[in-house]
Amino acid sequence: MGLALLIVILKTMGLRGDAVANDGARFWCRILGLTFVMGVVTGIPMEFQFGTNWSRFSEAAGGVIGQTLAMEGIFAFFLESTFLYLLLFQERRLGARAHWFAALLVLAGTWLSGFFIVCTNAWMQHPVGYTINEMGRVELASVWALLTNPWAIPQYMHTMIGTTITASFVMSSIGAFYVLRGEQLASAKRFLSLSVVVGGVASVLAAFPTGDMQAKLVHEHQPETFAAMEGHFHTETGAALVIIGQPNMETLHLDNPLEIPNMLSVLTHLRWDAEVEGLSSYDRDRWPTNVPALYYAYHIMAGLGTMFIAISFLGIISVLQGKLYSRRGLLWIYMLSLPFPFIANTAGWATAELGRQPWVIYNVMRTVDGHSAQVSGGNALFSLLGFAGMYALLSVLFFFVAVRIIAEGPVGDASRGDEPQVRLDRAPDHESEALP
Amino acid sequence: MTVETTWFCLLWFMMAMYAVLDGFDFGAGILHLFVARNNREREQVLQSIGPVWDGNEVWLIAAGGTMFFAFPALYATSFSGFYLPLMMVLWTLMGRALGIELRHQLKDPLWCSFWDVVFSVSSLLLTILLGAALGNVVRGVSLNTDGVFFAPLWTDFRVGDNTGVLDWYTILIAVTAAAALTHHGALWIDARTDGAVQARSGRIARIVWPVVLTLSILAAVASISVQPNIVAGLKARPWLSVVPVAAFLSLSFTRRLHRRQRSSAAFRASCVYIASMIASASISIFPYVLPARDESLSLTVTAAAAAKPGLKAALYWWVPGMLGVCFYMYFVSYRTMPASQGRVPSKPLGTAGRSSRSGH
Repeated sequence: MGLALLIVILKTMGLRGDAVANDGARFWCRILGLTFVMGVVTGIPMEFQFGTNWSRFSEAAGGVIGQTLAMEGIFAFFLESTFLYLLLFQERRLGARAHWFAALLVLAGTWLSGFFIVCTNAWMQHPVGYTINEMGRVELASVWALLTNPWAIPQYMHTMIGTTITASFVMSSIGAFYVLRGEQLASAKRFLSLSVVVGGVASVLAAFPTGDMQAKLVHEHQPETFAAMEGHFHTETGAALVIIGQPNMETLHLDNPLEIPNMLSVLTHLRWDAEVEGLSSYDRDRWPTNVPALYYAYHIMAGLGTMFIAISFLGIISVLQGKLYSRRGLLWIYMLSLPFPFIANTAGWATAELGRQPWVIYNVMRTVDGHSAQVSGGNALFSLLGFAGMYALLSVLFFFVAVRIIAEGPVGDASRGDEPQVRLDRAPDHESEALP
Repeated sequence: MTVETTWFCLLWFMMAMYAVLDGFDFGAGILHLFVARNNREREQVLQSIGPVWDGNEVWLIAAGGTMFFAFPALYATSFSGFYLPLMMVLWTLMGRALGIELRHQLKDPLWCSFWDVVFSVSSLLLTILLGAALGNVVRGVSLNTDGVFFAPLWTDFRVGDNTGVLDWYTILIAVTAAAALTHHGALWIDARTDGAVQARSGRIARIVWPVVLTLSILAAVASISVQPNIVAGLKARPWLSVVPVAAFLSLSFTRRLHRRQRSSAAFRASCVYIASMIASASISIFPYVLPARDESLSLTVTAAAAAKPGLKAALYWWVPGMLGVCFYMYFVSYRTMPASQGRVPSKPLGTAGRSSRSGH
């Protein structure tokens, strides 16, 4: 999703006559093609999984969340699959403008897909626009309410910005790799100057306003989740913001805490000495099931997010000074930062999902009531092991192919990138044979 | 027609579209190792489906989504009841996608051969699995009084009250599906390639056709014998018998057109055949969405459907959305793709870059 955005920007630069950017776009399209296949094959099981493993949840809530999932198929997946092929293999045939437009439609497809899937998740976090019938099934009262869920909008923005940070840091990392090795310099500099700026802006937007809006929503609508996330066990006035520390569930305290005094009160209530409810003021059966895991997931995300802002601050200053390519230390940092946005995104989703526990639909249905009763634990474990093995294999394959693409690099790619397209062309007809 | 019945028709429309469109990809996959002997020929087969296979597969995803919101109880019951077979479906779907898309990443003979086999074997297995699934739906499953079931892979291969996913009937349907889609795929390759690949596919289509016909007749007879609802349904709505008749008519047209070397027309006739076979399956179970072996426990369209207001609201976005999809898929994927203006050539064109701009 983030990569599609960067490709559209590169294609736009290409359309204005920047040949290096256009070659760069072609290089990133190869990476996009690879990630897309992996996304398709790992994504298909997810739609099936609602029915196979969560049948009681699906039966109860399918009338609502099925709608957004079907919208994703109809409005996003068809668009992506149709135009991705044009983007990847039909550049010469389409010409510059139509190819740019194909890139734009792929971008629209991926971002729409994100919207519908986030709407689905947002409804599970904060159900709206529904009624419950006498059989205990959830019925949809308003599609509009489902699509304009107040929870969905900040969550969508935050998620999309997360993908943009990821794509930007991956681009920066590969650009830095090339510059440090003294290879592919023209392309690498284009990648770096674009991605450092986009990644920097996105890193700030991830924290403020979108991250802040989300935290306020959690504080308002899922207060016990908020307290657990922040590691805030006891209600106090002028609550401190925890930076690090290990939650101890026996004593309900943080071991070895490092805190900013009064900051949590300021962030939640904009007042120095406001009272912030602690986890212990809620019934224990409403607590998130795994408080330490939730706390760590949230702090890993927030910590890495802060790190991205710090790196980007140095990066953008260097771009403005025109000294980015000579600051090898900073380039090393960018190169090594490759895995961290992936970790931050995963931790962010873990925060959302662990935070919602013990509910599958917050305040409506508990997770223990949602799974498929007739699928035995043995069958579920069997398929889980199978998928774990398959996904491990897929990640090895992904790295293997991705490393090869990166080793080949964008320069000299002009002929290679078109090769599948050339092979796909129809036989020259009479008209074109007549050309000199 | 009630809103629930409308969604029943729309859902089966999507299934028919999926069977027709991804059906020829499956057929091409099954034939991949046989009609294409060297690297260039293999590329030819893959390029004939390359632009469209992913879009075709989205029909399955979109049909799954539609089933999820329109018939949540059907979605939940059938997906969890067919747990193990569906896991196999997922693996073979993954294998196909990887086979098609990873093969061209490396120009290495071992790499390419490996993915060719993965693609072909997954295609065959997937066809058999989906065919067996269709057989299970038509035959009915062992729903209990709680409205759930859990199908073992097989029991004694008889069509009884305690039957598994595989019994003689579902195996017959699976084999019929494999034959019909092999035929369908052979016609597609015949219409979209040239050279040796085209010649071999044409020959295979001619050999497989009598098998498809025989199996289709057997499947029709067997279906009537295992599912009493078919006769009852046709008595109530006799005009619906045009659909199975259309299936057999279009199958015989396929032969005639193919004999006259009109391979694209033959392929279109085969599309009608596949779609009518799927439509016949839907007619044979209506008014149920999932018949049970004990008929009184069958899941009806009304019982499985979501609440009416949601279903009505969904028509407002679903219908325009699908019209849009059909429109651009047709024009972009099937009309302007190189493979549909001509054939995927048997020789790679080193200098085709310049000529390719000419179009219409």
